[in-house]
Amino acid sequence: MKNKYSIFSLIKNSFTYHENWQRAWRDPEPKKSYDAIIVGGGGHGLATAYYLAKEHNLKNIAVVEKGWIGGGNTGRNTTIIRSNYLWDASAGLYDHALKLWEGLSQELNYNVMFSQRGVMNLAHNLHDVRELKRRTHANRLNGIDCDWLSTEEVKKFCPIINCSPDIRYPVLGSTLQRRAGTARHDAVAWGYARGADAMGVDIIQNCEVKGIKRNGDKVIGLETTKGFIQTSKIGVVAAGHSSVLANMAGIRLPLESKPLQALVSEPIKPIIDTVVMSNAVHAYVSQSDKGELVIGAGTDAYISYTQKGTHEVIEGTLKAILELYPIFSRLRMLRQWGGIVDICPDASPIISKTSIKGLYFNCGWGTGGFKATPGSGNLFAHTIAKDEPHKLNAAFNINRFISGDLVDEHGAAAVAH
Amino acid sequence: MFIINCPYCGERDHSEFSYGGEAHIVRPKQPTELSDDQWAEYLFMRKNVKGLQYERWNHAHGCRQWFNVARDTTNDKIHSVYKMGENPPK
Ligand SMILES: Cc1cc2nc3c(=O)[nH]c(=O)nc-3n(C[C@H](O)[C@H](O)[C@H](O)COP(=O)(O)OP(=O)(O)OC[C@H]3O[C@@H](n4cnc5c(N)ncnc54)[C@H](O)[C@@H]3O)c2cc1C
Ligand SMILES: [Zn+2]
Repeated sequence: MKNKYSIFSLIKNSFTYHENWQRAWRDPEPKKSYDAIIVGGGGHGLATAYYLAKEHNLKNIAVVEKGWIGGGNTGRNTTIIRSNYLWDASAGLYDHALKLWEGLSQELNYNVMFSQRGVMNLAHNLHDVRELKRRTHANRLNGIDCDWLSTEEVKKFCPIINCSPDIRYPVLGSTLQRRAGTARHDAVAWGYARGADAMGVDIIQNCEVKGIKRNGDKVIGLETTKGFIQTSKIGVVAAGHSSVLANMAGIRLPLESKPLQALVSEPIKPIIDTVVMSNAVHAYVSQSDKGELVIGAGTDAYISYTQKGTHEVIEGTLKAILELYPIFSRLRMLRQWGGIVDICPDASPIISKTSIKGLYFNCGWGTGGFKATPGSGNLFAHTIAKDEPHKLNAAFNINRFISGDLVDEHGAAAVAH
Repeated sequence: MFIINCPYCGERDHSEFSYGGEAHIVRPKQPTELSDDQWAEYLFMRKNVKGLQYERWNHAHGCRQWFNVARDTTNDKIHSVYKMGENPPK
């Protein structure tokens, strides 16, 4: 990398009051043609471009983004990272990502603030206890760390949780993945963008794809708001807008796009040093480095592209938060927002070739794809470069909806994220 | 947040209703004749429209009747409400 960030560059730039830092990435106009184009400049798209350049030596490539990079779900999520999924295929996929997270700040020379503060998944009824214990065993068989905590151990690990037996949904125990945690969402997008740019990838913002041009059964280019761009390989990573892009290419996807909301409180002193999730009452919370509580709510039931979400979903989540953490009762909420998440019928992603030559889709991450960002990009790059899936994403092909070989992580994944 | 005009009860907050997904997906007449591709179409593939979508709702906390709604998914504006079995408005 030309301009490596280090303690020395920090000192050097302090002499000029930090006014002369170089741009983290260029702002190029699109070329006439590329070897491959990634549609969607979220974390997944940028990571895909990064690994295409780094591991597959494809340098004449571009990422086209209709808004600004990281402005989609990447910049809207609650940043929970874990790999304690039930099924083997998911365990392989998400743990591949988790391992990449562990070295990502060094790899990118960019602090993504990955913090392995642990993720708890609470059990509130007998069924939860059984499911979560089963998952603990399944995780261990797949080499993924997972502990089961009794109610007393929950109280010890996270003292502010209300463990009274008298609450409506008492805490009967919890799983704990200690390697899990959070990261800084923007930094992930920016770090991958800077890394990809340094290898020659063109990152083109404010460039919306309006059409996917085909010649028979293969792609030949993209119609965009910055004109026609020729290419023989297109990787679409457009999250909530995946169906819109599939429509442009004339293919069908099994997705539904729904609003998902989150909110943060006013900043307070450190009070919770882990991530606590609860599926049964749908409440999860962690604390950002700024001190805000980061709270994730649920999805609305219906398809919508409004990026808003309804108030009663927030109300439901905050009721549950208050019962589990009475200490938060006088805290004020600062901001609320929504993102549009693309949900597959089996709650697992699609990282796949399509029936059209040179057209690849990476979508269906729904409510929980942030954690997979490095792994998703890494495997999608492989799929695009080799025109065949890596063994870790082979199960996540589009054809599983025809064969019936689904990767059913609804519920099995403990909670939506 | 939006208001739905139930054809049987009138205008109510949408939280009284439950969503039934894309409308006008016809149940296969001869399920035994269906190929895997056709099953996938029927069970899983969806239009997931950005724009005017025809969809089903049920007045779950009211009269419990099913009906159809034409709603713009870019702003949640409802264009019309029509009964089960009726054709979508033009
Ligand atoms: C409120 C909320 C909380 C969440 N919490 C978590 C969590 O705790 N943990 C977790 O793992 N996941 C979580 N998720 C899910 C996670 O955010 C997503 O799965 C992930 O960020 C998807 O990344 P992406 O890069 O695929 O999508 P995005 O970041 O959405 O990127 C897609 C990009 O495509 C662009 N695009 C769309 N159409 C076009 C077009 N026609 N032309 C050009 N560009 C286009 C968009 O502008 C967008 O920037 C959450 C999501 C939300 C909304
Ligand atoms: Zn009614």
